[in-house]
Amino acid sequence: MISLSGSNGAVAPAIHVDGVSVTYRTSLEKKPTLRSTVVRMGRRERTVREIEAVKGVSLDVTRGSVVGIMGANGAGKSTLVRAMAGILPPTSGRIEVQGRVSTLLALGVGFNKDLTGRQNVTLGGLAAGLSRGQLAEKYDDIVEFAELEDFMDMPMRTYSSGMYGRLGFSVAVNMEPDILLIDEALSVGDARFRKKSARKMKELCSQARTIVLVSHALGTIHDLCDTAVWMHKGELQMQGEPQAVIDAYTQFLDVGEDALTMEDM
Amino acid sequence: MSTEIETGPDDPRAAAHVVAAGAPKHERGLEWVEEQHVYEPHRVGLPPIGPYVRELWRRREFAFELSRTKLQSQHFDTAFGQLWLVLNPMLLALVYFVLVDILRNGHRPPGFFAHLVAGIFAYYFVSGAVRDGVKSVVSGGKLVLNTAFPRTLLPLSTVITAFTRFVPTFIIYIPIHLLSGLPVGPQLLWLIPIVFCLALVAAGISMFVAALQVYFRDVKNFLPYVLRIWLYASPVLYYANEVPHHWGWLIKVNPIGALLAAWDRVLNAGHAPLASDMLLGLGWGVALFIGGALFFMSRERDFAVRL
Repeated sequence: MISLSGSNGAVAPAIHVDGVSVTYRTSLEKKPTLRSTVVRMGRRERTVREIEAVKGVSLDVTRGSVVGIMGANGAGKSTLVRAMAGILPPTSGRIEVQGRVSTLLALGVGFNKDLTGRQNVTLGGLAAGLSRGQLAEKYDDIVEFAELEDFMDMPMRTYSSGMYGRLGFSVAVNMEPDILLIDEALSVGDARFRKKSARKMKELCSQARTIVLVSHALGTIHDLCDTAVWMHKGELQMQGEPQAVIDAYTQFLDVGEDALTMEDM
Repeated sequence: MSTEIETGPDDPRAAAHVVAAGAPKHERGLEWVEEQHVYEPHRVGLPPIGPYVRELWRRREFAFELSRTKLQSQHFDTAFGQLWLVLNPMLLALVYFVLVDILRNGHRPPGFFAHLVAGIFAYYFVSGAVRDGVKSVVSGGKLVLNTAFPRTLLPLSTVITAFTRFVPTFIIYIPIHLLSGLPVGPQLLWLIPIVFCLALVAAGISMFVAALQVYFRDVKNFLPYVLRIWLYASPVLYYANEVPHHWGWLIKVNPIGALLAAWDRVLNAGHAPLASDMLLGLGWGVALFIGGALFFMSRERDFAVRL
């Protein structure tokens, strides 16, 4: 067990990942049906594939640290973060999370496009375990930050993709979580909103909140994080100082730190 | 019911096993490794029940809010919206009244219309919960993908919705009851435990079909047929005591059969329900609720990758 960020070991880590593997089965059919299963019976076709997304990963995220996770597509970054959020329980190993978690995952907020922004925020907040009181307290901040005052009572199918992203970001950061898990969802909205969200991220980082950030933007990881993790094919390849990990990763990719990989947020 | 699904030939996991048996030798080795994963306790196993139930209780407001939101989108919050929702079972009751009246050659006991209406409304409460419940997880979409919460809240919310819809239909029933000259008395209090047992049955089946729908997306297409047969197998279009003796088991194996018999006895005959009916109904309710919940909970960690 290697402890990330060299603070004293007296405090329990915010997230303790101990030998975690996540293997899941996913259907190859877009819509698995009873009919297709029956029709296929007798034919030896495999319609279910097993995916070993994360293999034996151990890491500690100390309280108040900002950890960046990088890696190629399919390296298991998103799965690891979803396991930390409790959405995908590990196949083996153990994850201990201390504190309330708020997630901003790649798939965004708003589960029902036919419901209004307000209804989606309320339902999402209640599902995440907030009380009605807490939600009412934060609601105005969420709307104000997302700059969607005029749109909250409209169905979310009328939103533009930028508006979707703004609302998602605003909900995640305004929940005042102890731990914020972000999965490649920072590049939302127009240039002005990006600046605003970058400012908010820096503010959250300085508030000694624990943040786990998955990003392909190495510049973001360099600027915001105090530790970096490089995942490769489900395994933890390297962890340590952001600069050192970024150097090793870019060398591995053989792309060099050009403008594209360093592109901010 | 649930164990059948766990190991039945329709289950993709069991299917993988079957494939392995017929595969060439070197491949079989690979399959064997996979099977180790398949039968590992965590995936078919249950989350720790105590913390799960605590989380469920803590987030109960979510189930109520989800139900409220759904009803709002159906304009349940307006008087005409409510009337519209009552209209459907009401018209259905009329259609069946005409049908049954023809079949019975006009020989109907007094209070038959009240029996039919009350029965259809009670049946609608259960079938409505099941019909909405089957879609509850699949339509949860991004919420299921992005948030960790006890998924049982989704099908349970549809039971709340169905109950909220049931209340106004029952109010419609009251004048029919009174106009038919049916007895009013303290025995009507028995309706509360009967509705409770019906809710248990509805919740259990909702959880079961909601989880099944994740794996087989056409379950919801088969459901209307099953529900229609279920209606005919329930003592709604006829009285429970009219069922020929050798068909009597049909009422007993029908989870709502005994409950609807008790429902009718309280409303129509004005007696307290038979203890055997109540016990059987409660037994079915508890068994289906626990069975459905265990099946759902053992599967729910899979939902985030199956949607």
